[in-house]
Amino acid sequence: MAIKFKVNGEQRSVAAEPETPLLWVLRDELKLTGTKFGCGAALCGACTVHLDGEAVRSCQIQARDVEGREVMTIEGVKGDVAAAVQAAWIRLDVVQCGYCQSGQVMAAVGLLSQIPKPTDDDIDKAMDGNICRCNTYHRIRAAIHDAAKSLPG
Amino acid sequence: MPPFLSRMMLTAAVTFLAVGVAAFVSANRPVVSQSLITPAAAEATKGDLFAPVAAVLNHPRCMNCHPRDDRPRQGDDRHQHLQNVVRGQDNLGFVNARCTACHRDENNGYSGVPGAPNWHLAPLSMGWQGLGDADLCATLKDESKNGGKNIAALVAHMSNDKLVLWGWAPGGRREPVSTPHPQFVTELKAWAAAGAPCPVAAK
Repeated sequence: MAIKFKVNGEQRSVAAEPETPLLWVLRDELKLTGTKFGCGAALCGACTVHLDGEAVRSCQIQARDVEGREVMTIEGVKGDVAAAVQAAWIRLDVVQCGYCQSGQVMAAVGLLSQIPKPTDDDIDKAMDGNICRCNTYHRIRAAIHDAAKSLPG
Repeated sequence: MPPFLSRMMLTAAVTFLAVGVAAFVSANRPVVSQSLITPAAAEATKGDLFAPVAAVLNHPRCMNCHPRDDRPRQGDDRHQHLQNVVRGQDNLGFVNARCTACHRDENNGYSGVPGAPNWHLAPLSMGWQGLGDADLCATLKDESKNGGKNIAALVAHMSNDKLVLWGWAPGGRREPVSTPHPQFVTELKAWAAAGAPCPVAAK
């Protein structure tokens, strides 16, 4: 089945079984390997991408779900919020091993796009589904606050 | 006296005594005629029609998404949803943790994540967890809490809504609602036909 959808602003058509997880469409078919496989069961957040601007777990989204829709991955995310997050991530040296970080960044961009000045509670609620085995949570939280300072709102 | 004659007399005596005792017991049995049932008692009996409905609504498959706080529950043991998932302003989850970020239109056999169309948390006004049957019934019927559904609409909702029906086909290792759905609908309609009576609250 040909699935047509936009990825990072570019129209793509992929031959895939309708039930194929979006994660594998991105990684195996489109070679966008920045999105990581962590658990395959929506428990870790490593595979977080944006679907029509909303953070989703690409391991749970099936290929047929994205027909005619727009997917944004870590390779394509851009704009003021993404730039602020990237700068804060570098400034605070957030990353340890880095495996979960594409998911963390996509989640942080998703949060700040909707709540430009999040509280700690907002961050807990929005980021709790993104697991970091290196335990960089305190730096992630600090970086989100740091990015928020440079954003209007 | 010949032995057979004495046995006959004994049998007759025992029979007479048994019939007499039965007649006495029957005559003195407390009989409650229809006219002696008070309206309140009759209402309480009608309220029993809600019991099989309550049994279904109290099942984890229904109750897990009808909390009286902002945390959906999971599993047959009704634990709080992992990952700090919360209600959000529209009952569809908070930023980044929207219900549909993981729950799609059908069960995901690959990952085990459950799914059905319009996966969402019931509004806070329809929080049922911990309610006794009387309060559960009153809440269910209250159109100011249930989204303006009259009894017919409630029956239709519980008969046809795909998210409700998911409770009978939850997939994975989740226990389905124990009462078969056709039986539940029959019991639901019986309750509705009787005027949707609620049980009397325990004092």
